[in-house]
Amino acid sequence: MSVDTSVEPILSGRGLTKRYGRVTAMDACDFDLYPGEILAVIGDNGAGKSTLIKALSGAVRPDEGEIRLDGKPMSYANPLEAREHGIETVYQTLALSPALSIVDNMFLGREIRAEGFAGKYLRKLDKAAMRRFAREKLSELGLMTIQNIDQAVETLSGGQRQGVAVARACAFGSKVVILDEPTAALGVKESRRVLDLILDVKKRGLPIVLISHNMPHVFEVADRIHVHRLGKRKAVVDPKKHTMSDAVAMMTGAMEAPPEERTDN
Amino acid sequence: MSDANSDDYEKAIHSGGDVASFEERHRAPLERLHNFLHSYPTAAPLMVLAASLVVFGAIADNFFTPFNFSLIIQQVTVIGVLGIAQTLIILTAGIDLSVAAIMVLSSVVMGRLGVTMGLPTGLAILAGFAVGTACGALNGFLVTRFKLPPFIVTLGTWSVFFALNLWYSDAQTVRSQDIDATAPLLKFFGERVGIMGAQFTYGSFLMLGLFGVFWYVLNWTAWGRAVYAIGDDKEAAELAGIRTDRILLSVYAVGGFVCAVAAWIAIGRLGSISPQSFYEGNLDAITAVVIGGTSLFGGRGAIFGTLIGAITVGVFRSGLKLAGVEVLWQEFTVGVLIIVAVAMDQWIRKVSS
Repeated sequence: MSVDTSVEPILSGRGLTKRYGRVTAMDACDFDLYPGEILAVIGDNGAGKSTLIKALSGAVRPDEGEIRLDGKPMSYANPLEAREHGIETVYQTLALSPALSIVDNMFLGREIRAEGFAGKYLRKLDKAAMRRFAREKLSELGLMTIQNIDQAVETLSGGQRQGVAVARACAFGSKVVILDEPTAALGVKESRRVLDLILDVKKRGLPIVLISHNMPHVFEVADRIHVHRLGKRKAVVDPKKHTMSDAVAMMTGAMEAPPEERTDN
Repeated sequence: MSDANSDDYEKAIHSGGDVASFEERHRAPLERLHNFLHSYPTAAPLMVLAASLVVFGAIADNFFTPFNFSLIIQQVTVIGVLGIAQTLIILTAGIDLSVAAIMVLSSVVMGRLGVTMGLPTGLAILAGFAVGTACGALNGFLVTRFKLPPFIVTLGTWSVFFALNLWYSDAQTVRSQDIDATAPLLKFFGERVGIMGAQFTYGSFLMLGLFGVFWYVLNWTAWGRAVYAIGDDKEAAELAGIRTDRILLSVYAVGGFVCAVAAWIAIGRLGSISPQSFYEGNLDAITAVVIGGTSLFGGRGAIFGTLIGAITVGVFRSGLKLAGVEVLWQEFTVGVLIIVAVAMDQWIRKVSS
């Protein structure tokens, strides 16, 4: 494996449990993300992937268990707090505002205020600085084929929108970026560009959690695969040692992972 | 067909400007107009206003006089200010049917305290502001806390505020001469200045100032961006880190405050304080916003559109009157204008992609 798992994980969960009434969505689940890796999380519908991801991104508070960021125990009340700690999530819905411009979207909820009197007392925004920053971030990720960053997001294609959402996450996510089904709504070519984008982000040193149903995509970019089943982590497998059908079999319970990769005992 | 399109699209990404500019040249004129109107929400209302000026200038005598224009501005001042409050709320994909009721209640409070009870006028005005803000905040509280639709909430509070205002005023009008005797400051915004044969009230200037202030707030502050984002897609705004409920509550409260400012202007405009005045003000304010090109579905529009919308209604009424058309046809025309404006909005909102 190319990932060094001897170091401390950047983001980890131990014994995470979440119950909704009588349903246990997450059952003493563990999770580890190491620096610089792309960790794919796969699991069948209803396996509890989204609950796990919500717990990590601050949208759900686990009933039991502990989340550690950089080794320090964390407890966030909402996604905003997780964000303040450097964990950015790109939701499947992207959370973009279609009528607003690319710049406005990138800075939604964390605008840059102008300096001096205007910024302090008139709460004036520093639009020039925001444009500069947005342009810089988009070009770093090779997204400057978007020519006008003042254009409304609704005028962009699905792939470009995904690009803007990923760029936003990378621009502000100092520790971890979580991507929820980034290619689910895209065509073949647009998926290609988004996968390249994900690899680019990894090159820049940001670890990524990738939730996806698309096995070819997972096998292409992931360093390790977290197999989620019945509310817990069943195994963490190396994509180089297994085939896609093995992964699907493990995901559905038709096959057990080899003992050295199993994590549920 | 769609496959072929997406292929072309990818090519456009990789080969840069050439393909894109090729597409540009082949754009149909209608599509270009569509894109233009989409990017500039005040363009369509401005064209309607310009066209109506030309038409009424041609058919009505004495239409193009400074005096007539200043009269139109005076007539739209109160509705224009109510329209500011309404615009803020409609931008969040809400609606406020109670704006005029809040205004009248605030003016009654100012009159009761300042004239009938003889409190210092400044204090009476501040109390009016407080009541207006509180009414708006109540709307906002009901909308955010109990997740009730703004239409229903404000339909209810419209009646509630109207009843409160009849109760508090004993259904009595505060007479003009009583205001002059005890609290002339209440009529400050009705005072006129003459400029080149035109008569402008201080209220008109205040209205223009308020439009400027809210243009700045909506376009240059984080709060303004949040207002648009919430109206556009509330869930996305929430996920992007905007505290949507807090912003929404503040929008309704600020709206209430603006209605209270409109109350002070309205006292100057009418000269007296009547609990029965401006009963149709709620709907007139919505009319101004809609004709001004702000989408009832939220997230789209511009504050100056509302000013244009209010003036357009004023121009139609004045022009038709000067042309000797009966009052009922003024109402008819404004009604048609509303339907056309909303139909335009529906068309403009469809993105050509």
